[in-house]
Amino acid sequence: MLYYVDLAFNGLVFGCMYALMAVGLTLVYGLLRILHIAHAAVYAFGAYVAVIVANATGAIALGVIAAMGAAAVLGIGIYRFLYAPLLAYPPYVPMIASIGLLVFMEDGFRIAFGEQGLTFARNPYPTQLHEFLGLTVNTVQIAIVVAATVCLLLLASFTARTRIGIGWRATVSDPRIAESFGVDAIKVRYLNFAIGSALAGLAGALIGVLNNFVEPTMGFVVSYKALAIIVVGGLGSLRGMLIASLALGLVESYGTIFVGRFLDRDAIAFLFLIAVLIARPRGLGGMKTA
Amino acid sequence: MSAYVTSVLAIMGINVMLAVSLNMISGFCGQFSLGHAAFYGAGAYGAAFFAAAGTPLPVALLAGVIVAGLLGLVVGFAALRLRADFLAVTTIGVSFLFVGFVRKQPWLGAEMGISKIPASGLGSEGNTLLIIACALVTVAASLYVDRSWMGFAFRAVGDDEETARTVAIPVSSYKLVAFTLGTAIAGLAGGLYAYFTQFIVPDSFGFILSVALMAMVVIGGTGSTLGVVAAAILLTLLPEMFRFINEYRLLIFGGLLVLVMRFAPGGLAGLARALILRLRTS
Repeated sequence: MLYYVDLAFNGLVFGCMYALMAVGLTLVYGLLRILHIAHAAVYAFGAYVAVIVANATGAIALGVIAAMGAAAVLGIGIYRFLYAPLLAYPPYVPMIASIGLLVFMEDGFRIAFGEQGLTFARNPYPTQLHEFLGLTVNTVQIAIVVAATVCLLLLASFTARTRIGIGWRATVSDPRIAESFGVDAIKVRYLNFAIGSALAGLAGALIGVLNNFVEPTMGFVVSYKALAIIVVGGLGSLRGMLIASLALGLVESYGTIFVGRFLDRDAIAFLFLIAVLIARPRGLGGMKTA
Repeated sequence: MSAYVTSVLAIMGINVMLAVSLNMISGFCGQFSLGHAAFYGAGAYGAAFFAAAGTPLPVALLAGVIVAGLLGLVVGFAALRLRADFLAVTTIGVSFLFVGFVRKQPWLGAEMGISKIPASGLGSEGNTLLIIACALVTVAASLYVDRSWMGFAFRAVGDDEETARTVAIPVSSYKLVAFTLGTAIAGLAGGLYAYFTQFIVPDSFGFILSVALMAMVVIGGTGSTLGVVAAAILLTLLPEMFRFINEYRLLIFGGLLVLVMRFAPGGLAGLARALILRLRTS
């Protein structure tokens, strides 16, 4: 029995990580209708920044904060120099460019930092165990769940209560009308990429700390799962995205136990995606906008 | 021909077949598929399975074509229900699902792949000639389709599905035809590859290959058969001509994709067209 609860908790941790990744993708899709595949490169970039800063300063927390900042800057750069000039073309053009950027950056990480990846010099957190309602969990797992919850709640209240947040939602639902009401659509896009990328950087950094390992291709599979999540969630819907993230975490966690003999973990995730899409071609999400 | 030249020519022929067949699906018909390597793999595994069981070459190749084409038909049905960007993500899923499935099947050799594929009996030069012949037929077929009524219908579907439907083009049937045709050719390429290497492993058919094939299509110029052929040949030869490129192959592939999309979304064919236009007007 406890074993299944353990699995559920594990699924929850991964679900939270997917949610942090998928927020950025959902926001970018909602605003620009671009499948931002290079988001995975931002995630891996965050992990690299975290490990390098943490090893240089000795403080992992500092590394994680630096990762968020650096990822935000990278995200803004991607929008400014890659997507902004491509918005006039059909959607496959920015999508293919995005795949190109992902492949390019991942190989760049491999060439710059080596194929074997990097580890944290001093990282006590994954082995700090806590007893919690009979579950044994480590500090990083708790940090991931807490970080995802706090970030998503902050984001929700930001978009619901602040002026710029409301402008943001207005732009997502109808850019022209929002603009005629005086919302600066360009500023909204920058904000969008900054926040989404910072969260991806955070996810990458925390997963790096959890595994005590950062490697060039770490973003690859996660990115496609995050894409799968936003598609299953019904592109552009934050609520659907959240449900889909947690569901995928759980499906993977249990799936590896029950059908792991026939399919590997990644294949289970995509089988889930394809099954949901065939049953509901528009995804799970009900709401159209954030 | 030296052994090296025959093997480079064989790989080139296979890449041409794959890129041209992907171009039929994505370029002509506008259905962006990022899982083409899975159909190639399905063909290779289908052919290898039958070849290892002792069937003659044509039967094994046909088996590969049928396996890949059937899988393509199934994915084509998914394409009927899904919007363009959903389809791209779903085909990525097909790519991962294929490798994940094959990897866990003991009867397909699991991680170790299938290694007891008998020789084709044609010799290595004969193999290469067969592959090149198939590649030429594929290119000719693609040029023919492009000029035919079917090619016109494909383009209509790719340009604007709703309008195509309004002028009574059966959009669904044409999408299925495009998928089945393109994936069956990829399956044939897979069967030829299985006979060529006599040894296949799941990782040869992964997502990276799907991306490389899409790179050939978009760098060549989406929808242009000759442009895609040129890009397939170029992208196969470049790493061979410059050894140092091989180490940075992915870096260069990725970089090229970004640069082509950013500065010349029409690809090589688009550049050539612009050049011809300029020469004519001046």
